[in-house]
Amino acid sequence: MAMKILNALITGLAQGSMIALVALGYTMVYGILKLINFAHSEVFMMGAFLGFFGITALGGKDAPLVAGVGGTLLAMFFAGLLGMLVERIAYAPLRTRGKGKANTRITPLVTALGMSVLLQNLAQLLFTAQYRGYPQLLPIEDTRKVIFISAFSVMIALQFLVHKTWMGKAMRALSVNIEAARLMGIRTSRVISITFITGSVLAALGAVLYCLDQSQVYPTMGVVIGTRAFVAAVIGGIGNIPGAMLGGLLIGIIGEMTKLTAYSGLQDVLVFTALIAVLLVKPTGLLGKASIEKV
Amino acid sequence: MLGRRRWVKAIVALGASALWLSACSTQKDAPQKEAAGKDPSVPAAAEPWKVGAYLSLSGAETQFGIETKEGIELAVDAVNKKGGVKGRPVKVLYEDDKSNPQETNNKVLQLITRDKVVALLGEVASSRSTVGGIVANKHKIPMITSSATAPEVTQIGPFVFRVCFTDDTQGQMGAEFVVKTMGKKRIGMLYASDDVYSSGLAAQFRDAVKKLGGEIAVEKSFIKTETNFTTYINEIRDAKPELVYAPIYYNAMVPIARQAKAAGMPGSTFVGGDGWDAETLIQDAGDEMEGAYFTNHYAPDVPWPNAQAFLKAYKERFKRDPSSLSSLGYDSAMLLFDAMGRAKGDTPESIRDAIAETKNFEGATGTITIDPNRNADKSIVIVQIKNKKFTYYATVNDKAAKP
Repeated sequence: MAMKILNALITGLAQGSMIALVALGYTMVYGILKLINFAHSEVFMMGAFLGFFGITALGGKDAPLVAGVGGTLLAMFFAGLLGMLVERIAYAPLRTRGKGKANTRITPLVTALGMSVLLQNLAQLLFTAQYRGYPQLLPIEDTRKVIFISAFSVMIALQFLVHKTWMGKAMRALSVNIEAARLMGIRTSRVISITFITGSVLAALGAVLYCLDQSQVYPTMGVVIGTRAFVAAVIGGIGNIPGAMLGGLLIGIIGEMTKLTAYSGLQDVLVFTALIAVLLVKPTGLLGKASIEKV
Repeated sequence: MLGRRRWVKAIVALGASALWLSACSTQKDAPQKEAAGKDPSVPAAAEPWKVGAYLSLSGAETQFGIETKEGIELAVDAVNKKGGVKGRPVKVLYEDDKSNPQETNNKVLQLITRDKVVALLGEVASSRSTVGGIVANKHKIPMITSSATAPEVTQIGPFVFRVCFTDDTQGQMGAEFVVKTMGKKRIGMLYASDDVYSSGLAAQFRDAVKKLGGEIAVEKSFIKTETNFTTYINEIRDAKPELVYAPIYYNAMVPIARQAKAAGMPGSTFVGGDGWDAETLIQDAGDEMEGAYFTNHYAPDVPWPNAQAFLKAYKERFKRDPSSLSSLGYDSAMLLFDAMGRAKGDTPESIRDAIAETKNFEGATGTITIDPNRNADKSIVIVQIKNKKFTYYATVNDKAAKP
């Protein structure tokens, strides 16, 4: 029994670190813009497709190392570009033109939903609704190790970016007060773009790892992992980067543990029950700070 | 600002004029149509039969819809080449239901009330066939679904038929194959709990295995969006079943096969249902699935003569092997045309009666007799995955499996 729990724990950690990678994108954008970027799950899906094409083009199974690394980098690059584009097309114009108006929180939310639907259908149009499997580059046990290691090193790098670099300082300044940051000479639109790019790059990395390990690529795949990642971001305290990681790991582990019980069909129910329980005790999420809204 | 306002005005004006124009043109069209309908000089014999087909040609299940449509197209060509039905050519009107029940309702109504079709073909999925079936039955238009396997679909009413077997039969036959033919007694199960198809097959299989003297050693269910199966597979492996029944769709089976192999369970320990029938399964997990069996409607190398004729025609036109859905689409259309030819009148009611009387119809998926419950009474094919190919293994209970 102990062995079983340990095994499930390990699988859960690998699964959770992947969810965490996607959750980071939600939390970073929310932290700065107070916007839930619903199109993030679609950037994840596009990243998976780009990775698929990249890996196949670079030789797939015949050259696992070159194809794996090259394909992942390609996916990350283009997903970053896509993330920036989404922001420039759907959010930036609303931000500048809606300034000072009452519904500035709601309108970008609607364009985010619209962007999500648009990207999903675009993928269906371009790539068809067919399910495609990634070529298997490594045996699954090794893939899981790669996932775990790369997810954690990326998260450490992200902490470094946010806390030790000038850009990170600018991001944190924006999350406190955008207007004040602008007055201090920070080019806010550039910082916002870089936030979107970072989030999208991480999502693409998560997507490629996810597909190499267990999933096939199809246009609606973003919805599944997107919901879980969003929940992870909220459990951890949305806007808080270590919170998103913690939330992701927690959801991964809770999910795996439920599979050991006879109620495995109720996995989502248990995950969401956990979410409600956490939020009832701590409405700001596990690591979220309570901030007082000044009017 | 003024520039923008002018633009808005221009667009509004354009929209208004477009509306006005379209209103005019429909007014003009209307009397013409009426005249055409009443015109006695048009001979009725040359007028084509109008048959409606509603399929998922876009949306989540696009692939299924397209494959079915290919089968129907082949059938239409074949029957028109022979001079049509009762001397009149057949015309199938295709409507896309966007893989969406709401849209299905609209499209079926449209086909019946606007296009006045005499019969309906569709849908791939049981959920949308139910929606379409209710509408068709209410308007007394016969409908044949090609691949809706849920038992409820034909229970809607006297106008709804199918040419595939039901999930009930498939689950029972799966159990019979596993217990009687293969002689396995300790069986594991893995299925999606929130999927009607998967959990329905699992329930039928479980009952049948117990009745036949087998034992369910372990049973694991997952939610259909799940992709990480390692924990489930470990649990099943530790219970040491001789075989695992996995009635799930191919898209979930690919990761399961890969992860099972990594956990030390070869693909040949799995037995599945017709949900496995997709080229993708072989492309993505052909090695892992080597030796696995599943119950199906069809295999490219079934020995029946009609199946071979269909295979040849399909290959000539689409340059690849047909799937079960294509062959079922073909059979649904062929059976309908056959019934239309036998019908005493040309009305939907008489066509319905002719479909109900269908006996020993030789289709690409076997010999079909429509039973009193409007289901297809036909044999089930056991397919084995061999050398990365779906190969015909047996028609249920025909020959003993090699150990």
